[in-house]
Amino acid sequence: MSSFGPAPPPGTSDPTLPVGAMSSGARRSLPASLLVGGVLVGAIAVTALVSLLWTPHDPLLVEGSQRLQGPGAEYWFGTDRFGRDVVSRLMVGARTTLLVGVVAVGIAGLIGTPLGVLMGMSPRVLGETVMRFNDLLLAFPALLLAVMFGAVYGSSTLTAMIAIGIASIPVFARVARSGTLQVLASDYVLAARSAGRGPLAIAVRHVLPNISGLVIVQASVSFAIAVLAEAALSFLGFGTQPPTPSWGRMLQEAQELVAVRPFQAVAPGASIALAVLGFNLLGDGLRDRLDPRLDDRRGA
Amino acid sequence: MLVQLARRTAILLASLVVASILVFWFMWVLPGDPAQVALGTGATEEAVAEMQARFGTDRPVPVQYLDWVTGLPQLDFGQSYVTGAAIGPLIIDRLLVSLWLIGAGMLVALVIAVPLGTLSAVHHRRPLGTALAGVSQVGIAIPNFLAGILLIGLVSVSWQLLPAGGWVPPDQDVVQFLRRLLLPALSLGVIEGAVLARYVRSTVLNVLREDFLRTARAKGLTPGRALVRHGLRNAAVPVVTVLGLQLAVLLVGAVVVERVFVVPGLGSLLLDGVANRDLLLVQGVVMVLVVAVLLLNYLVDVLYTVLDPRLRATA
Amino acid sequence: MGAVSARPDPPPAVLDVAGLSVRTGDHALVEDVSFHLGAGERVGLIGESGSGKSLTALAIMGLLPDELSASGHIRLREVERDLLSASETERSTLRGDRLGMVFQEPMTALNPLMRVGAQVAEVLRIHGAVSGREAATDRARDLLAAVELPDPERIARRYPHQLSGGQRQRVMLAMALANGPDLLICDEPTTALDVTVQAQMLKLIDDGVAARDSALLFISHDLAVVATVCDRILVMYGGRIVEAGPTRALLTRPRHPYTEGLMAASDLEAVDAAGRLPTIAGSVPPDGRFPDGCVFRNRCPRGDDACQAWPGWTGEQHDGVACWYPSGSGREAGRG
Repeated sequence: MSSFGPAPPPGTSDPTLPVGAMSSGARRSLPASLLVGGVLVGAIAVTALVSLLWTPHDPLLVEGSQRLQGPGAEYWFGTDRFGRDVVSRLMVGARTTLLVGVVAVGIAGLIGTPLGVLMGMSPRVLGETVMRFNDLLLAFPALLLAVMFGAVYGSSTLTAMIAIGIASIPVFARVARSGTLQVLASDYVLAARSAGRGPLAIAVRHVLPNISGLVIVQASVSFAIAVLAEAALSFLGFGTQPPTPSWGRMLQEAQELVAVRPFQAVAPGASIALAVLGFNLLGDGLRDRLDPRLDDRRGA
Repeated sequence: MLVQLARRTAILLASLVVASILVFWFMWVLPGDPAQVALGTGATEEAVAEMQARFGTDRPVPVQYLDWVTGLPQLDFGQSYVTGAAIGPLIIDRLLVSLWLIGAGMLVALVIAVPLGTLSAVHHRRPLGTALAGVSQVGIAIPNFLAGILLIGLVSVSWQLLPAGGWVPPDQDVVQFLRRLLLPALSLGVIEGAVLARYVRSTVLNVLREDFLRTARAKGLTPGRALVRHGLRNAAVPVVTVLGLQLAVLLVGAVVVERVFVVPGLGSLLLDGVANRDLLLVQGVVMVLVVAVLLLNYLVDVLYTVLDPRLRATA
Repeated sequence: MGAVSARPDPPPAVLDVAGLSVRTGDHALVEDVSFHLGAGERVGLIGESGSGKSLTALAIMGLLPDELSASGHIRLREVERDLLSASETERSTLRGDRLGMVFQEPMTALNPLMRVGAQVAEVLRIHGAVSGREAATDRARDLLAAVELPDPERIARRYPHQLSGGQRQRVMLAMALANGPDLLICDEPTTALDVTVQAQMLKLIDDGVAARDSALLFISHDLAVVATVCDRILVMYGGRIVEAGPTRALLTRPRHPYTEGLMAASDLEAVDAAGRLPTIAGSVPPDGRFPDGCVFRNRCPRGDDACQAWPGWTGEQHDGVACWYPSGSGREAGRG
């Protein structure tokens, strides 16, 4: 996108247009995505927490007499083909989803961010070279890596989240490096350098605080990707193994029933979609709020 | 420009070599002796030794790597340890099926994304634009396999219009081929269309604010014609980049969609390989997928320079 | 006043702007602007950033951003309909043909993916000035030669990024003048250029409009630049025209305190008692929130209670002032 770099941002370049008038629309739309995203993510988190204490039914209880019940007062979203309560399984599934997301994004952020900062602060040639390797790793999508992990180590929630986490490291490294390069080029870092500050002090005092916005935004986006990847893996049988409830797994069971119950997939499918939507919107909203580059544009 | 091309090609070749080492190491060295893996833990020592000798896994690892990697350019991926069949032709066969699916999916995606994204950019901050942006935001959140299951539920089961899965090669029966291609291509393409529409929207928005578009209108073009004549080609530059990268995403997305619709593509081959612990087969498929992704990135880079004259001059 | 009355009656107007306002929502960015331009007449529109001069130009061209709306009347010679009520299609047939415009920023105003020759040829072909690709290419090359670009044949095959800012601005001028417009609008055409090429650009504009007898609306914040090119000057502040007059009279005897401030600020030799360069007190209010009544009153040395009401226009449309206490009227005595 560098081809559009030199062009001044719209609205701000025309001095005759009042800045407030141009950006007020963008400002107004900003809380909407943040709000909706926050509510969705919050709802999933609360559901997961509640499921630790209470679910309407035992999510693992197989009841032969209650198979494939339709939605009703007893089973709000009905039961699956083993007679297990769909709502209870969805609630516990939220836990799986969040766990995978947190661990995967944690691995990626905690390894990728320092790696990116390091690459940004290391000599140019070294940084570029490592970046090439980093870009190469981007050619291994999370799903592919997880399938490879599954093939070698066997399938489980643990291998799925580790694989998704590892696959997400390069993105964080890339974001952190470009943010670092930007910060390093700034006057205050130059000042800190000339004042004799060492690289570690500069990294901790200047670089990390300034790229934290970028990293948080990336975390939100990567979380959405992790949710999708976990669902796909569990759907394929490479992620969470039965009987542990997982949304992707529930979709796979729904597909086996598609001839009998064409829309059994709706409830777990909607859960996945809402979770991904929530994290994507949260990421969008946070980007508007936190991305320092956008701030620069607005203030110019 | 030639210097640049040479440089990019060199990077591609280096990437391919490194990628092959990574894949080989991960699939071949990491799990332990492949013969042992293929035969399971209960195998006798003689059986393992016999298998090692048969497949040459008793040789040093670098020799095995060279043996494997030098076969790749000739599409020789070795022989399956499970079925004994040659892997190369199998992969080519399945790849062709996947390419149909991915091509059709990308077509669907573009048909959706270009008008949707352009329209939502042109109607930016008006009800239609906001609604379209919302639609694509929701579309992005839906996994393609969910779209597939819902399509099967609706079109195949409830309406009984199209088959729920399977595959007929186009040279055998075009109508049946298309009937079976449609649903998987839609599941892949509609969702991808939502993703692409966002990129199209943001690049068109950027282009709409460009000074040269105002110049185009000052020359006497209506806003619509100015956008078509001057805007879209400028918007195409970043969109093409994303398109190439998204093709790689589709490649992986197809793995799941193939499973939903029982399409015998590369994805199904990969998953069957994993299920049968046929590591060399898995290794081959993974390598093909990674090569495809790297190759796409390379082509995007090259195309980018062709599209944008500003990049031709700079080294 | 002698200099003014000596002038012959202005020729029939090429452009007549009456009561033009530009608004965003209910907030006016340009208000009640009226002026006219005769054939071949050169009029300068000056004022600081945010005074509404660029918006006035864009309103005439019909290129205002979507979120802004214009009201009032804009008439072009021999065009039946008021431009502001004309359809987008009607307006686009006028743009590039009878109305030409050169923008401030030469670096971004040309399509980066198109050779400049083709960009000049396009404006000819849109309006059917020439038929056939080859004829358009030839004519485009002539136009590039006319703006004194060296080796126009070669320049025509270049992409914008291969040209300097001054060269690009000349390409813009060639495009704007290609169809011999009745009116050429130049919005700060030299502001982004090196000082050394500014004078050359001004001369090209001057020659270009003279050769075609086009009227020129020249927008600038730089009094000196406007003075070299224009017969008449309109001074804009806060979205309104606050003073108008022939160049010499206006520069020798400014009436509006804002014009006086502009002149003092551009006079590099003048220093006040403390040895500082004079400036206009305060600055243009952010977000275009100018005061009610006289828009200049919060920065004006003569402002008082009377200025809470808009002073209205005194004098002719092309020679007058909007001020309660204009210089030379005697009313400003004892103030400021």
